[in-house]
Amino acid sequence: MKKHLITATVNGDEVDFTCTAEQTLLDVLRGELQMTGTKNGCGTGDCGACTVIYNGRPVNACLVLGVEVAGAEVETVEGMAKGGDMHPLQQKFLDHAALQCGVCTPGILNMAKAFLEKNPDPTETEVRFGLAGNLCRCTGYDKIVRAVLDAAAEMRASGS
Amino acid sequence: MTSNQEIYAVSPEGAFRTVSQLIYQAPETVEAAVALLAGGDAGTRIFAGGTDLLVQMKEEMIEPTLLVDIKKIDEARQISIGADDVRIGAAVTGAELGEHEALKTLWPGVVEAVELIGSEQVQGRATIGGNLCNASPAADSVPALVAAAARAVIAGPDGSRELPVSELLTGPGQTALAAGEFVVSLVLPKPPAGSGDAYLRFIPRTEMDIAVVGAGVSLTLAGDGTCAQARLALGAVAPTVRLVKAAADILVGNRLDEQVLDALVSAASDTCSPIDDKRGTIDFRTKVAGVLAGRAAKIAWQRAEANR
Amino acid sequence: MNNETRTNYKWVGKRTRRPDGVDKVTGRARYGDDMIVPGMLHAKILRSPHAHAKILSIDTSKAEALTGVKAVITSAAIPDHPLSEPPYPPIINDLHDISRNVMAREKVLYDGHAVAAVAATSEAIARQAVKLIEVDYEVLPHVLDPLVAAGPDAPVLHDHQYTFGVEPEPEKPSNVFRVISGARGDIGKGFAEADVIVEREFTSEPVHQGYIEPLACIATASEDGAIEMWTTTQGHFVIRMLCARLLKMDMAMIRVTASEIGGGFGGKNTVYGEPVAIRLSQMTGRPVRMVMTRSEVFRASGPTMGSHTHIRMGAKKDGTITAAEASVHYQAGAFKGSPIGRAVETFFSSYTIPNIKVDSYDVCVNRPKVAAYRAPGAPMACFAAEGAINELAQRLGMDAIDLRLKNAVSDGDESLMGTKYGRIGLIDVLETLKKHDHYSAPLGPNQGRGVALGYWMHGGGLSSVTCILQDDGTLSVATGNPDIGGSRSSMRAMAAEELGIDIELIKPIVADTGSLPYSHLTAGSRTTYATGMAVVYATREVIDKLCALAAKKWEIAVEDISWEAGQAVPAPSAGDGIKALSLKELAGMATKMGGPIAGHSEINAGGAGAAFSAQMVDVEVDPETGFVSPKRYTVVQDVGRAISPDYVEGQIQGGAVQGIGWALNEEYIYDENARLLNTGFLDYRMPVASDVPMIDAVLVEVPNPNHPYGVRGVGEPPLVPAPAAVTNAVENAVGTTMSALPLSPPKVLQAIEAVAAAGGDD
Repeated sequence: MKKHLITATVNGDEVDFTCTAEQTLLDVLRGELQMTGTKNGCGTGDCGACTVIYNGRPVNACLVLGVEVAGAEVETVEGMAKGGDMHPLQQKFLDHAALQCGVCTPGILNMAKAFLEKNPDPTETEVRFGLAGNLCRCTGYDKIVRAVLDAAAEMRASGS
Repeated sequence: MTSNQEIYAVSPEGAFRTVSQLIYQAPETVEAAVALLAGGDAGTRIFAGGTDLLVQMKEEMIEPTLLVDIKKIDEARQISIGADDVRIGAAVTGAELGEHEALKTLWPGVVEAVELIGSEQVQGRATIGGNLCNASPAADSVPALVAAAARAVIAGPDGSRELPVSELLTGPGQTALAAGEFVVSLVLPKPPAGSGDAYLRFIPRTEMDIAVVGAGVSLTLAGDGTCAQARLALGAVAPTVRLVKAAADILVGNRLDEQVLDALVSAASDTCSPIDDKRGTIDFRTKVAGVLAGRAAKIAWQRAEANR
Repeated sequence: MNNETRTNYKWVGKRTRRPDGVDKVTGRARYGDDMIVPGMLHAKILRSPHAHAKILSIDTSKAEALTGVKAVITSAAIPDHPLSEPPYPPIINDLHDISRNVMAREKVLYDGHAVAAVAATSEAIARQAVKLIEVDYEVLPHVLDPLVAAGPDAPVLHDHQYTFGVEPEPEKPSNVFRVISGARGDIGKGFAEADVIVEREFTSEPVHQGYIEPLACIATASEDGAIEMWTTTQGHFVIRMLCARLLKMDMAMIRVTASEIGGGFGGKNTVYGEPVAIRLSQMTGRPVRMVMTRSEVFRASGPTMGSHTHIRMGAKKDGTITAAEASVHYQAGAFKGSPIGRAVETFFSSYTIPNIKVDSYDVCVNRPKVAAYRAPGAPMACFAAEGAINELAQRLGMDAIDLRLKNAVSDGDESLMGTKYGRIGLIDVLETLKKHDHYSAPLGPNQGRGVALGYWMHGGGLSSVTCILQDDGTLSVATGNPDIGGSRSSMRAMAAEELGIDIELIKPIVADTGSLPYSHLTAGSRTTYATGMAVVYATREVIDKLCALAAKKWEIAVEDISWEAGQAVPAPSAGDGIKALSLKELAGMATKMGGPIAGHSEINAGGAGAAFSAQMVDVEVDPETGFVSPKRYTVVQDVGRAISPDYVEGQIQGGAVQGIGWALNEEYIYDENARLLNTGFLDYRMPVASDVPMIDAVLVEVPNPNHPYGVRGVGEPPLVPAPAAVTNAVENAVGTTMSALPLSPPKVLQAIEAVAAAGGDD
């Protein structure tokens, strides 16, 4: 069995892990790195529950191999809050009750964060299409969209 | 410590071999990639975005032995706009295509086709070459590339060659690539003034579905505003993409009036030989192929007029 | 003390902070597969590739020889159980069936049926080992369609199953387990009085609950017989009970802790991998983790039933419905037990129809055994009944809401099965919908508007709660109900309201099965109702004890003490100079003056109230492709009292969107060998964010007099009428009746073309 030793940056920290060529970034995050915030909803890129930000782009961690992230930067939900201060998206999700069971939430937060970085003043329709890769079965998306729009407004106002 | 160091773990002698011996390599040149492919067996796979490959591995449809990651090869990652043609690396992602203003101006249909593949997350990884070479009959990139008369630039043990995309795909999941070959980039002609292209697809939801029907149109208008050149390609209505040969006959020399459109719609439907499957019925695909061909033609025409 | 009529609440009805929210937005919360137990093995299941086959032999020797494999089991490791006997309860789940669903014995009955299981040191090894197990099958003919399965020539799944509830008793085994019928009045007379009669056939396909978190558990067995189980479930007490009964173990020896749960909707109400994981752990002496892949979830966990309904309804010219008759076949999947009784109960329950006849058939087919899905049995019944009513309205030339108002049940009426309605809010709901902006908003081209009304009675049942007062005046509230949608918010709102203290001083937790008496599932829209009621009673016991403490302290009669705004207040007659004592002060005295204070409540909550949800949907249909786009959606629902309005709205919005999916695109697709083709979210098409509009959830509050805060269950009613409402909208956009779900684009396009061929719409 052949394993690779990989060093990468996760949420700003240098980490290293070993993995086989088949293991995905999702396997590595949840297994080798024991960071269970990124969820496995399907493993085939159809639900978005494993969305992480990889070298600045939102991707499904289940469709990235562990071996290829050598030297890369990965951001997961565990890195969103900074030292006890939640990211505006996290706070707005709570304020708007934009989660019920919460299992899709980490993926949606990452996707929304990446989306707002590219499109800081979106319309409702743009938010809906931006989040189309994140399935939620509990909320019907209504409060999620409101939370994202509200977070966008707050982030524009505070210049972040 | 290098960031990617191979460690060999010891397995007890004589034990049942338990896990696959998948090898991952990431060559930095075309030549290095060709050499790896030459040394590989039938289980060798090119790895670009992985949005098809990893899914097939997960569903145990394939069991690769060697993954050759082409994302470090410059020619596979660049977009260059030349005097006469446009080159797009096979490993350029949908997201990157969508951010390339110059390419979007020249070939908006090709870009919008690739941008339709999957979600935003998939867009960050899925590549134009991967979508093409996966050779799904429903691949979104293909009708637009065929309408654009794109050619694949192929590297292999005997050097480099080019093949029109329409000839590259030979059947569902099958390409004309010989052993040891891979697609390095795609070459599209530089469209003359008065050209426009468009791609539309039908899916049952608004996102996230595989195309039930796809229609790509590319056309050029003459000085008098009639059509000078036209190509219409349909996806997901046959084992491989269908070029609607009658389209040129119907459009060239004419304007896009109701009669011409009706003829185009019929020709498109007539070209189909789809199947019933979990995504659509024969009747439905046939009908909608015509509808989309007409709609895509109108958009391409509008874009062409704007470019005169 | 009944707060039903109060409206000046401090916490109830307010938008308060959700106590588990921060952990969920930071990724800290632990769901089923987020637990790591040192030394754990990984289990995988071998699943049948055949829809119907005898198991002739299973050879596990090669799997056992694989390095890293620690145990391999088949059904031989799981005890057998006798079949249930008549008379059967309305909802039948017998251990004979459950043990076979957990692992097949004589036969496999669906593609994906569990046949054997492996525990190994890694998931990769377990997956490899499963492939080395050799099973010899004798493939049998299969049947998927319930009408065909109910017929005389169908392959029979269970040789021991003779249809129950028919006369004369049948001589041949059948796939129809049971017939439940209900009737009142004189159906022939009723139809004779009708001026208009509608007769339709409606079909729906099985749909999955679609929870995003797959099933996952970890079992740890000790050599002394104790079991620790961690699992994602809607009811850890039910999981414990089923594991104990299935494996013939003592209940107190099994302790189940519920993880946070990533969606359930009824699909996580029973056992799948837990008994197998326990057995593997017992055999290996190590913890065993078992997680389903998404494909396994679709192939092997219960969806809800597909249905076939034949329905007739008759009404007079003035809109009085005189007769309603329905015959419905529900597919139970591989084992009996689809909720046909619920179908009979809910079919026409919103209307005062004097003459009714309903016959329902529970039919076994070679598909996974069905599980509950949000108002089990009701949405498909409603689809048919509301579809017929909408056609009646159209043919009578009557407004769809007015026809319903004319026939609406009110307080004191009785449902077909004899449930008497207490105080209900049906008329309020319909009138509110009629007054809503949506009702009179203009429609654009190719758009249609639909209306439907749904009924659901929510559960009561067993709930146990302990409230522990800490000596600093903060309160721990322990319930036995996994929190799917924010119920911890509601529990502490009610406790805070009773006590009169700040809500942030109350910490709710979900306790394990070793720490509380039995609590039934978080399902049936019962949690805020029954567990909330238990929270209220447990809190009141705390208050009683605090008052007793104050009485002791002040040396006055406890009858002279009242509890107001978080304080024990002496009556003026008790004497001057006695100052009220706050909860915090009293809490600080408790230990010295007798001991810690706790209140508890173990109830079997009755008094469930009926809830009604009326929905209006606008859709736009592309006339050339049949693509349906929902544009506007309004739900008016009687929620009794919204303890946490944010989360009540959330339940309504989520249920409505599930209904959109059910109506438009969700279905199980099988090949000619009855193998499931769409085993993932790519081709099992649930709504994504861009598929749906905002859902306007209008909360009507007609308090349920049986609950201290007037609560009615809110989780299930919003799904009940949703498929019917969306269908009606499509019908009105297209101009013809639509009777087969899902309304996928090919079907809609066909309907459009049929209308055009017939010479235009309407």
